Amino acid sequence: MRALTAVLVLALLGACGGTKQPARYGFGRLAAAAEIKEWSIDVMPDGTGLPPGSGTPSQGAALYARKCAACHGKTGTEGPFDQLVGRAPREGFPFGRDPSLVKTIGNYWPYATTVYDYINRAMPLDAPGSLKPDEVYSLVAFLLWRNDIIASSAELNAQTLPHVVMPAHDRFVADNRRGGPEVR
Amino acid sequence: MTDASISRRALLAGAAGALGSDALRRAGLAQTPDPTKVPGQPTSALGQRSPFERPRRIPSGSGQGISLTPLQDLCGIVTPADLHFERHHAGIPTVDPHRYKLLIHGMVERPLVFDLPALRRFPAVSALHFLECSGNGFASYRRIPPELSPQLVDGLTSTSEWTGVPLATLFREVGVKPGATWFLAEGEDAAVMTRSIPLEKAWDDALIAYGQNGEALRPEQGYPARLLLPGWEGNTNVKWIRRIELADQPFMTREETSKYTDPLADGTARQFSFVMDAKSIITFPAYPVTLPDTGWWEISGIAWSGRGRITRVDVSLDGGRQWAPAELQPPVLPKCHTRFRYLWNWDGAEVMLMSRAVDETGYAQPTLDELRQARGIGTYYHFNHIRAWKIRRDGSVVFGLEG
Repeated sequence: MRALTAVLVLALLGACGGTKQPARYGFGRLAAAAEIKEWSIDVMPDGTGLPPGSGTPSQGAALYARKCAACHGKTGTEGPFDQLVGRAPREGFPFGRDPSLVKTIGNYWPYATTVYDYINRAMPLDAPGSLKPDEVYSLVAFLLWRNDIIASSAELNAQTLPHVVMPAHDRFVADNRRGGPEVR
Repeated sequence: MTDASISRRALLAGAAGALGSDALRRAGLAQTPDPTKVPGQPTSALGQRSPFERPRRIPSGSGQGISLTPLQDLCGIVTPADLHFERHHAGIPTVDPHRYKLLIHGMVERPLVFDLPALRRFPAVSALHFLECSGNGFASYRRIPPELSPQLVDGLTSTSEWTGVPLATLFREVGVKPGATWFLAEGEDAAVMTRSIPLEKAWDDALIAYGQNGEALRPEQGYPARLLLPGWEGNTNVKWIRRIELADQPFMTREETSKYTDPLADGTARQFSFVMDAKSIITFPAYPVTLPDTGWWEISGIAWSGRGRITRVDVSLDGGRQWAPAELQPPVLPKCHTRFRYLWNWDGAEVMLMSRAVDETGYAQPTLDELRQARGIGTYYHFNHIRAWKIRRDGSVVFGLEG
């Protein structure tokens, strides 16, 4: 009787398709170090991922005029696309109260490394991924100088860029919405 | 959302789901013979919509732009794939499925590369989920323009049945190292779009999706594979996904710092505000419809929450003073559009029509004033306030109560 019950249970399990998931299927292949390196272009706030190279605001100025000004304006304020330069308002962070304020690198971006990461991966719009590390460092240096964040003589590289403290660095808070009756 | 200036003409053209008689004449369909007196069309390899039906997205027309789902032309909860809304950051890439690969590396035991056949070989999951851009509803937050259709108010939400492999399966395959807490998701578009995602979402319900409504993903939705994070803001659902990197901190990419953060009235900005809160919109009657007649009408709309199931939708006919429960049309699924209906006998008086969704956490869709109070007028995403329609005595309908 016990054996019969066991058979029935096994048959039922089979009927339910109760195959156990293996710990691993073994699909896919090991990634080669070279292909990981080729695609790993991300740069983190602590500087992880920044390549060798360097640039200064004056080197960036010429490059900016050639490759960026058509979309972002001669001084980074004219548009027609995203305004990159501007520190107003110097006091406080009233973006939630005042919709007329324009967010720029100088007044809203919390990490300088993000400027490098984004220009490197996505700019210029018509030739993304075409800039060399020295060019990206130069453009970041130019934009941070235009935003009164670094001196005109500053040189940016993998060591100095992560130490640049952005004006909006301390303005960001975690999401406190949790569902439930409260509107946050 | 910056280039979403859409003309009234485009709206009216898009909103005209069924062709008017003029358009039918132009299309040579005016002289439709008695279909019982002539043989019909033969079978075909690929079906087409009836020539009488012309639902259309409203595109802003740039690679960095949007296109809006015609919510007022849809019934039920599923969005046809060719009407699913779009939001791209550098256009729609052409990704060759034969050369496609997904790399998972970083804090893992074994960095692995999966091609499409490998992804499809894993046990698959299918689930219906809404996908919504977190900028959806911006057009109705700071001002309330009366000439807005459901498509123009909330057309950046769509629902599909998504099929794919759970990200948890892939993470077990690579072996997550202790200490890993976030992962970077990166797309293969010209923006090489990136977002940082907490690891818990992978263990919960994240998918690498390759199927949409029974077929392969549309290019606009990430062909051949995308990240799908049910209930989370659209931008995090990275399309054309090519790389996932595990780490012990977020990467602070452009899209999670300078964009997709929510400045608040208290002088801070909310970051990593992933979940889409409960929301609803009445899609009929709505601008630019005119009710031709008093009497029985069915008010209908969609409700959804990124936190689970919709448990109730209330409808008000008097601008929010009194509320009555609408019927929820099964299936009522978590993190999915839910169709609601409310049978109504119009006596011809002016009506202030509203809907209010409640989800399984007990969260009720707030009023515009409540949301502005909590967030500030300058906030830029997550506009889930109650939407209103005014029905005038002549049957015309406008968005908001002031029109």
